[in-house]
Amino acid sequence: MIDKTALWIVIIGLGLGSFFLRFVFTGLVGNKQMPAWLLRHLRYTAVAILPALVAPQVLWPSGTDGQFDLPRVTAAVVTLGVGLVTKNVLAAILSGAVALYGMLYLVG
Amino acid sequence: MAITTTKSAYRKGIVDALPFVLVIIPFASLFGLLATEAGLNVFETLTFSIVVIAGAAQFTALQLLQEDVPTAIVLASALAVNLRMAMYSASLTPWIGSAPVWQRALAAYMTVDQSYVASMTQYERDPQMTVPQRMAYFFGTVTPIVPLWYIFTLVGAMVGSNVPDSWALDFAIPITFLAMIAPMFRTVAHVAAALVAVIVSLIAVDVPYALGLIIAGLAGMITGAQVEAWMERRKPGSTAR
Repeated sequence: MIDKTALWIVIIGLGLGSFFLRFVFTGLVGNKQMPAWLLRHLRYTAVAILPALVAPQVLWPSGTDGQFDLPRVTAAVVTLGVGLVTKNVLAAILSGAVALYGMLYLVG
Repeated sequence: MAITTTKSAYRKGIVDALPFVLVIIPFASLFGLLATEAGLNVFETLTFSIVVIAGAAQFTALQLLQEDVPTAIVLASALAVNLRMAMYSASLTPWIGSAPVWQRALAAYMTVDQSYVASMTQYERDPQMTVPQRMAYFFGTVTPIVPLWYIFTLVGAMVGSNVPDSWALDFAIPITFLAMIAPMFRTVAHVAAALVAVIVSLIAVDVPYALGLIIAGLAGMITGAQVEAWMERRKPGSTAR
């Protein structure tokens, strides 16, 4: 059973902390010019963070307690492939879902 | 659809974010289900989603709260999962930094992976957009996402039954992220940044407090910046004149 005091400390602390993280630059730097070297790095934030977030989940999914899972890897490859070819987010998501459930059905 | 007014920017934001609806619904429901299963009541579960709006961090906190980890560690770990938000904030700053502070604060509250990536993609594709148009676009992207995050947390909490593992809902988010990544590979530098980030994330997967993600992200960003600088040096005069 989760302790209620701990729960509320976490909810409020995580809420405030997350807001601070989200506001720290847009709020405090605002329209002040940032140095070129920093901007050059920031351009690659999304394309670095998202793949880094996903890669371990693809190879060692939490849904299978970290066991390598062929349907999930197949779904990941199909999603990325369809996305690369079509540049269409919806088409990529749907293809990934079809691949995932198709493979789960086939492999069991 | 060309963006000519703030209203059309808002509408384009909504349209571009519609595919995420497919994922937010199962993900929010799953949080509601797991939270009530962990002993939270409906009010606590919904408050959690409204105050924090960060799926991955919420799942982390919920998991650790059930494992009798000291509260400070729960908080630190969940915040570490959200550290990427500071990077998002930094990379949004050159685009929306001159908007009114209340708009920036509201956008900060609603900065999630989907709204951030959709907005950055749009800003880079159409650099002529004005700051009010950029803000309108951003708020467009969160319009289909954030209300559904609240509503389906509530639905999940009220349904409260167990979703079988065979539904593989854990994989909804990886699939969305992969679908979002694909259109980003515009240059060699972007591809290199992603590849290095992936490799480092796999090597650093056991680094505590989810810091492996931050290390991998920084490695990818440095790679992207270095490759970009190297490409520019190879094409002398392309930017100098």
